[in-house]
Amino acid sequence: MKDVCLDVEGKRLIDRVSLTLFPETISLFMGPSGAGKSLLLRLLHGLLSPSRGSITWAGRVLDDRMRKRQAMVFQNPVMLNRSVLANLTFVLRLVDNNHPHVAMELLERVALRQHARQPAMELSGGERQRLAIAKALAVQPEVLFLDEAMSHLDPPSVTLIEELILQQQRQGIKVIMVSHDLGQIQRLADEIFFVHQGQLVEHAVAQTFFANPQSFPAQLFLQSQSWSKTFYQE
Amino acid sequence: MTDLSDVFFLAISLVLSGNNDLLEIVALSLRVSLTAVGCAVLVGMPLGAAVGLGRFPGKNIIVLFFNAMMGIPPVVVGLFVYMMVSKSGPLGWLDILYTPTAMITAQFILITPIIASLTRQVIEDLHQHHAQQFRSLCVPRHVAILELLREGRTSLLTTAMAGLGRAMAEVGAVIIVGGNINHLTRVMTTAIALETSKGDLALALALGIVLLAMSLIINSAVMGLRNRAPSVIGTVS
Ligand SMILES: Nc1ncnc2c1ncn2[C@@H]1O[C@H](COP(=O)(O)OP(=O)(O)OP(=O)(O)O)[C@@H](O)[C@H]1O
Ligand SMILES: [Mg+2]
Repeated sequence: MKDVCLDVEGKRLIDRVSLTLFPETISLFMGPSGAGKSLLLRLLHGLLSPSRGSITWAGRVLDDRMRKRQAMVFQNPVMLNRSVLANLTFVLRLVDNNHPHVAMELLERVALRQHARQPAMELSGGERQRLAIAKALAVQPEVLFLDEAMSHLDPPSVTLIEELILQQQRQGIKVIMVSHDLGQIQRLADEIFFVHQGQLVEHAVAQTFFANPQSFPAQLFLQSQSWSKTFYQE
Repeated sequence: MTDLSDVFFLAISLVLSGNNDLLEIVALSLRVSLTAVGCAVLVGMPLGAAVGLGRFPGKNIIVLFFNAMMGIPPVVVGLFVYMMVSKSGPLGWLDILYTPTAMITAQFILITPIIASLTRQVIEDLHQHHAQQFRSLCVPRHVAILELLREGRTSLLTTAMAGLGRAMAEVGAVIIVGGNINHLTRVMTTAIALETSKGDLALALALGIVLLAMSLIINSAVMGLRNRAPSVIGTVS
């Protein structure tokens, strides 16, 4: 991603962001709400085109063939108005992998097997997110985007899905995610991109970032979060 | 008072006995309106879906036109069709004035904009909702359209029902182009208008009861469908 800007209706939402992502690691975007994290993920995944600058994957501009090898879990997962299983088989059909046992196995992995026949619209927030993750895994992607994909999960589910993600990463899949959960970020992230008001203000290895954030917005962000943590614990 | 209750009982007995005149009128009403709705669905839904999914200059004008046409008074449509198909009109050679065909045409013009407009809305909303996900999955365009129509099936059926309701209930258009000719173009609404003015309140009321019952059936079907349909927007808040 080189020198990328995104303007919408005369407003600069992403401002000259350049970054390089390397395979087989978990890259994590963090920053305050409205900073532009979701926009960056959508730019990378080719759902938005930059107003300026260029985005390339392995030297090539993203096309449909390459996007097919990526999968994205959206911040607000969208379901088709049919059963959980049918939502999953819709994706499996698209990637020519529609065997009943594959679908059930995927549901098993996100602990939704008992919900297979339930209308997807009836699912709770956390169950929806798990279905969305199963749909993303169904693509068997090489690059997996997760935009706050675990924000509604209860602790056991978080553990389950984090384990799934680490497993994906160990299999050589590139994970690019957004999260607000500091604990989770420290558990998963290899590197951190800190985004603030549409700009990339800091990029560091996760440990370095938490030990010694360089930019002022990141320092402020981490301080306020640790402050609120102590506040709530007391 | 006794007069009115007599009329009422006569009307009820007409309905229950399955009076021939009554049945004929009801049957024609259904034939005309169902045919008009069928044609309007065939034309209006693909048109609405195409406009909803398309991006082209002048789209707003088409949308505006359909929306404006939704509220057009039936008599105006009747007048328009009359001028087209009357002896001196440009389509006079078709010789369909005062036939059910003319009535179907008028009702078709009346409800196609409704169906096209509502379909466009439904498809556009659904598309907006699913576009990113479909794009992410590289869903081919024809699959996307089919899936959206399937997603909107309940709303689309509701739309057709709304069209049927409007067609069955309107009187202005069919009376002008049909002429309310006995055994030929007399439908429920025109018969009610005529029988009332003639003073045969029993037949008018009997037809009114049937019409009301049908309207109730159509509307409760619509309501039943609505209640079964979960909201279009189902996201994690
Ligand atoms: N289509 C759009 N038109 C105009 N502004 C937009 C559009 N999409 C996003 N924005 C704005 O861009 C900014 C960044 O949005 P984005 O969704 O990337 O934030 P985020 O970092 O993901 O925040 P959050 O943590 O709350 O999800 C926001 O201020 C948002 O209002
Ligand atoms: Mg976001």
